[in-house]
Amino acid sequence: MTRCRRWLTTAALALAGCAGPFPQSTLHPRSDYGRAIDHLFTDIFWWAVVVFVIVETLLLIALIRFRHREGRPAPKPLHGHTALEIGWTLAPAVILVLVAVPTVRTIFATAGDAPPDALKVEVIGHQWWWEYKYPSLGIVTANEMHVPVGKPVQVSITSADVIHSFWAPALGGKRDATPGHITRIAFRADSVGNYSGQCAEFCGQSHANMRLRVLVDAEAAFETWVKTEQAGPAAPAPASPAEAGKAVYSRSACLACHTIKGISPGVIGPDLTHFGSRTTIAAGVFPNDSADLARWIADAPALKPGSLMPRMQPPLSDAEIAALVAYLQSLK
Amino acid sequence: MSDAKGLKSWLTTTDHKRIGLLYFWTAFVFFLIGGLEALVIRAQLAQPNGHVVSAETFNQLFTMHGTTMVFLALMPLSAAFFNYIIPLQIGARDVAFPRLNAFSYWVFLLGGLLLNASWLVGPLFHAGVLNVAPDGGWFGYANLTERQFSPGPNIDFWQLGLQILGISSLAAGFNFIVTILNLRAPGMTMMRLPVFTWMTLVTQFIIITAFPVITVALVFLMFDRLFGTHFYLASAGGTPILWQHLFWLFGHPEVYILILPAMGVVSEVLPTFARKPLFGYPVVVYSGVLIGLMGWGVWSHHMFAVGLGPIADSAFAATSMLIAIPTGVKIFNWIGTLWGGDIRGTTALHFAVGFVAMFIIGGLSGVSHASPPADLQQTDTYYVVAHFHYVLFGGTVLGLFAGIYYWWPKMTGRLLNEPLGKWHFWLQFVGMNLAFFPMHFIGLLGMPRRVYTYSSELGLGTLNLVSTVGAFLIAVSILVFLLNAWRSARYGQVAPNDPWGGATLEWSIPSPPPVYNFSVIPTVTSRLPRWKTEHHEPMRDPPATPPAPIHLPAGSWWPLVAACGLPVMALSVLTRTLWLVFLGAAILLFAIYRWAYEPVEV
Repeated sequence: MTRCRRWLTTAALALAGCAGPFPQSTLHPRSDYGRAIDHLFTDIFWWAVVVFVIVETLLLIALIRFRHREGRPAPKPLHGHTALEIGWTLAPAVILVLVAVPTVRTIFATAGDAPPDALKVEVIGHQWWWEYKYPSLGIVTANEMHVPVGKPVQVSITSADVIHSFWAPALGGKRDATPGHITRIAFRADSVGNYSGQCAEFCGQSHANMRLRVLVDAEAAFETWVKTEQAGPAAPAPASPAEAGKAVYSRSACLACHTIKGISPGVIGPDLTHFGSRTTIAAGVFPNDSADLARWIADAPALKPGSLMPRMQPPLSDAEIAALVAYLQSLK
Repeated sequence: MSDAKGLKSWLTTTDHKRIGLLYFWTAFVFFLIGGLEALVIRAQLAQPNGHVVSAETFNQLFTMHGTTMVFLALMPLSAAFFNYIIPLQIGARDVAFPRLNAFSYWVFLLGGLLLNASWLVGPLFHAGVLNVAPDGGWFGYANLTERQFSPGPNIDFWQLGLQILGISSLAAGFNFIVTILNLRAPGMTMMRLPVFTWMTLVTQFIIITAFPVITVALVFLMFDRLFGTHFYLASAGGTPILWQHLFWLFGHPEVYILILPAMGVVSEVLPTFARKPLFGYPVVVYSGVLIGLMGWGVWSHHMFAVGLGPIADSAFAATSMLIAIPTGVKIFNWIGTLWGGDIRGTTALHFAVGFVAMFIIGGLSGVSHASPPADLQQTDTYYVVAHFHYVLFGGTVLGLFAGIYYWWPKMTGRLLNEPLGKWHFWLQFVGMNLAFFPMHFIGLLGMPRRVYTYSSELGLGTLNLVSTVGAFLIAVSILVFLLNAWRSARYGQVAPNDPWGGATLEWSIPSPPPVYNFSVIPTVTSRLPRWKTEHHEPMRDPPATPPAPIHLPAGSWWPLVAACGLPVMALSVLTRTLWLVFLGAAILLFAIYRWAYEPVEV
């Protein structure tokens, strides 16, 4: 199993001529769900290698051994061979049974049912960002999901508009986010880390820009994150740039779409109550730094084609944008 | 072919050979267009954060690349061979319904032009050029294709184009079923049919059963978009998953529509150049029929990520794995055909063997996503793109090129150059493996498909660059083929009746065949009529001139006129102009009426 992964990765590295890392690889599972899939794929992979080698070798032998040579007598007009036909019908059938049995076992083992005490997270796909709700904790956030290491997590997935697909490869397989339906995955992450993923179902113009992160935290760090998220937004210090930014926010179009608890109730865009604590913006596409955030606020569709967050009309002044950036980043 | 020259003789032709050539060159032009679209896609993805085209253009490119290759290039390239070769292989003078055959071609041409016109006509819809081509993927998943999320004419071009092309395929499907069942020469029993003809028959049955399904799906979509019905709208009690079931209920049989004809070609080419009968003829035929039937029971393996539940997933995993058995059996029989043969390495044989070698890879990666849990890491990634390009490029395209090199002398009367042909093969073989093999890794390492850009953090720049180089190498190989075709037309060696020593009837008549095909309809006494076997002496070829005059029907304008009614009706939907639909229907009905009463004797 590990050998196969190493083999595959090494081959990829050799081809790539670089040393990775491949943060979105499906071959480095970091959860029980991911590992179950990896075991199964490894089995299938090796069966495929065996069949590939046998069949291609037979083909090559036939081509070399029976190539045309002058003076060779005309081939015998052989029409078939019943025993051979039965043999090469049964051989793949046996291999397929050996693949099918673990497949069905894994299907049921990974059907998406976590124990009842699992942490529940609701994922809602939007064009082109992810909304996460933790109903038992009263938390709503976007694009960066936090889960505790070693604890079962039950994720239920749906969509607010078109079909998306939630996929964080290190933690396991994807499931579609379909409007009107709920799909589920369950996993128990086994190591702390920041795992990237992205939408896997074509969902319109900026499908490629609908990325996500799953941050697997140590238990204490997760508790701290929960406490922070449950609290209201940080209040900016008096006379700080952030306070000026709050004033800009409160008089501009932002509040029609975004929620900041106690300040604005918009539900079209991501919740910004703790925006400053996120590491990325625009659904995982840019780092959450002042320069990118300023460009994003000024003209989101230029950075993310089709973005529903329009270009600010009338445009905000540079000073206003700087103030907004300071405010948003203060919302830890 | 008929000696008549000039545009009129082509516009009114009902000769299956001319229609075959029209299909071939039209489909080949669409193949080039689809290939150019692929090159732009690969240029964009050669490096992370590429800026060759915009997101909007990229989405149109991959949609049109898939739609074009499936409906406008590979299916009609197969149809070119159905048209040209099937009547010759079964010893007939033409297809059963020659005018319907012409109608199929014109509908295909006009449907293809309508789809591709969308690249250029943006200004008519108050948009730019390169703005209104279809952009919902070749699979057009609802509800993204609904008016709320795709308000422009893009999706209308797509659904109307596909509806029109479906009419072409259905008409041709019925035509070839009747032709193969009813116009066989005396003694040509079903179990003496050449395997290409058999696989064509199976393909036509799949076409006439699968195309109604997508037509229904497309009509639902059109009604949703035009009249505000809500078949696919969850918000109004419908479900977008209905589209997926209907689309893949068509879409998976469609895969076999694309691969079975190529399997038929390979089953003709390998025996000819191994100088050995096809190994296990009945098994190859039955496995083809079985693939055609089983192709109907596997559609939900395209939907494992939908969450249909563990029982449905297990059932569709089982059926999908089962279909690997008849496919594997075919591969073993092809190797059995080569085994013990006297293999002549012609270009056609190179391509046929290339088909077998590459199709194995596509088949094996296919088993890995027949397993639903594994598929959940693979579906909608480049791993799947790698898989189906090994099936459809390594399989269908190499198989069709085997057919092109094999039947070119029959169809044009001139040989292609063999050394150039081998350059073509090796460039294409290396190119496709460079282009598509790295995609397995690109997918497993986390890159989804249908993304116009990707982050450099994924570490996949180099692999993508290799893939792009491969794609351009394929383009070079196609240029070599075009050079070869041009050279053949200008300087090519004149082809005898039978340049290869083939066993089947098409090699018993001149290249290209006269308009009546057979001066005397042959009587068939063997599965390999032109070969000597233990119990059978080779047939005598028909005489060079017919002993009695042969009467053939004259051409007709009405298939072309009738076909023109369809795009007019489509225009009505595109421009939301009601009277156009009546005009289009009137053209269609009038032409069918005149067609029905056209004098038979001219």
